[in-house]
Amino acid sequence: MYKYDTYDQAMVDARVEEFRDQVRRRLEGHITEDQFKPLRLMNGLYLQLHAYMLRVAIPYGTLSSAQMRMLGDIADKYDRGYGHFTTRQNIQYNWIKLEDAGDILADLASVEMHAIQTSGNCIRNTTSDQYAGAAADEVVDPRPYAELIRQWSTFHPEFSFLPRKFKMAVIASDIDRAAMKLHDIGIQIVRNDAGEIGAAFYVGGGMGRTPMIAPCINPFVPIDQFITYSEACLRVYNRYGRRDNKYKARIKILVHELGKDEYTRQVEEEFAHLLSQNIEPPLAELERIKAMFADPPFEAGAPDELDRSDPDFALWVDNNCVTHKQPGYIAATISLKPVGGIPGDASGEQIRLMADLARQYSFDELRVTHAQNIVLPHVKKADLYALWQVLEANGLGTPNLDLVGDIIACPGLDYCSLANARSIPVAQKISQRLSGKAQEIGELKLKISGCINACGHHHAGHIGILGVDRKGVENYQLLLGGSEAADTSLGQITGPGFDEDGIVDAVEKATQVYLANKEGGERFLDTYRRIGMAPFKEAIYG
Amino acid sequence: MAEVQFRFRTDEPVADPAVTVDSFGEQSNAAAVRLEPGDDARDLLPHLDRLQLIEVNFPVFGDGRGYSAARILREAGYTGELRAVGDVLVDQIAFLRRCGFDAFAPEVPLDPADAEGAFTRFAEVYQPTTDGRAAIWAKRHG
Repeated sequence: MYKYDTYDQAMVDARVEEFRDQVRRRLEGHITEDQFKPLRLMNGLYLQLHAYMLRVAIPYGTLSSAQMRMLGDIADKYDRGYGHFTTRQNIQYNWIKLEDAGDILADLASVEMHAIQTSGNCIRNTTSDQYAGAAADEVVDPRPYAELIRQWSTFHPEFSFLPRKFKMAVIASDIDRAAMKLHDIGIQIVRNDAGEIGAAFYVGGGMGRTPMIAPCINPFVPIDQFITYSEACLRVYNRYGRRDNKYKARIKILVHELGKDEYTRQVEEEFAHLLSQNIEPPLAELERIKAMFADPPFEAGAPDELDRSDPDFALWVDNNCVTHKQPGYIAATISLKPVGGIPGDASGEQIRLMADLARQYSFDELRVTHAQNIVLPHVKKADLYALWQVLEANGLGTPNLDLVGDIIACPGLDYCSLANARSIPVAQKISQRLSGKAQEIGELKLKISGCINACGHHHAGHIGILGVDRKGVENYQLLLGGSEAADTSLGQITGPGFDEDGIVDAVEKATQVYLANKEGGERFLDTYRRIGMAPFKEAIYG
Repeated sequence: MAEVQFRFRTDEPVADPAVTVDSFGEQSNAAAVRLEPGDDARDLLPHLDRLQLIEVNFPVFGDGRGYSAARILREAGYTGELRAVGDVLVDQIAFLRRCGFDAFAPEVPLDPADAEGAFTRFAEVYQPTTDGRAAIWAKRHG
């Protein structure tokens, strides 16, 4: 894992002092709420419906046990005992007092964490593959490249007032587990025929009200130029991205309106100029970072067999664990989606327990997934049963990864001041209604957003739900056929929307159509793609 | 016209009023020009040797095009005064300074102590720009 040196630490410490000063000026009345707003937003502090919400950055979703433990302590000390893991691999606290915000940032800084650029029109926290460093199919560990982006983008002087927020993701395998093509910039680290490492750039993806899949603008940027290339992509956007309409201000609109070829031409021209400016960190810096992401001391020859005699355990292994690159090890997902629970929520106690389990069983490491679950990336198979028993005893053993109950949901109208409809109760009802059939239904990615901003990724769900306000009443639209994986696609709306109970019925009917029509090992998405929308519409509206 | 509140240069300020980019093309002897957010800073590159003042206007602080304009001018070797004018707030000035601005004329004058804090708070930087400060990576591998 990356460890701060004195430079990194000085940076977050200075930020804490700066924010303390800003809060003091606000509390003493020297600045108005209007003047304070852009300042607190740059520190991830939002004024929501009932209280302040603080969003803490978890760079590329990787945490140490000590960091995880601190997140649990903050939940108990400053929130109402809960933290909420988000689709951006971050954590949010929904019940924060303004006067505590400085102390929370100081607590975070003590474990090398911060809330820098978790909001505002700047480069946000960079996300990555939750199995990075463990996945059997990766070319390299993508996280050192993401860390280099973290440093380059932190307080970037030119790109702190972009037309709109800017999200980057880095992966390093052909299977996309980070929805890379739905980011402003998605980078896939690749190896070319000559064996050299480079970065494929996908620019202009995104969700929101105009979802778009990012086109590849350069399939191979040499790795000792990829920061400079990123800078070129950003500079063209900062200069020419639309600023007249907030809803057309993301880079996807610029790429779409200019056309991929013209945008690429401008980037290449700017890139050629910037190469003369020597802004690229030396490869020695990348090597320094890479050394900190070296494999943990795996035990050679650890037994690769599992005792599957406990059927509940076997089910959890089959559903929640994935193959590890190291024989004898496995990557285990802890579902934060108990039946009827709030997706992504964990209590302070549960967070600390997961921290302890990571220390005991996973070389001190955890990951947050964009599907709002937690991964222990390096568990010895010989320890897996003991781990599972502890999880099971503490409400963390739900065996539903990628099943219908593993719902992504935004905070919705229960918390968020932008929302038009509640997301959480819909997720809870669907989870309760369908949990008994989840195993039979198989892989089904269900995603719920409480407004068109799409924080719940509804466009990319095999089944997506979008909450809207219809003449003052919450109404839910149903979408089918989205995917965030390497075969990225955007869901299509089935037709008129539903009320809260109606949408639960509609989802159930959609799963029935699938079960009645599936052939062989088809997933819901495969069947939908084969038979199309019509049979689903007929069942749902007929 | 707002007063220059901070200036990090020792030469005499230019007395001429800044002209717009459009009229600059015709007034070949003008030494001062004013860039609006929609102007292309690269249009000025052929004339940098006779410019002594370039004002970059920020009608609203959130419009960040002027940051790129400033860097483009400095990267092209411009050494005259680069002045940020308009909605220039205390929490922007450190970023502006890094992009090459060496004079600030905020519409609403800033609290001097707050501004001093903002200019000096961050001792280290992650990115190199033309301001001459060494990036952290350069210090790590110096």
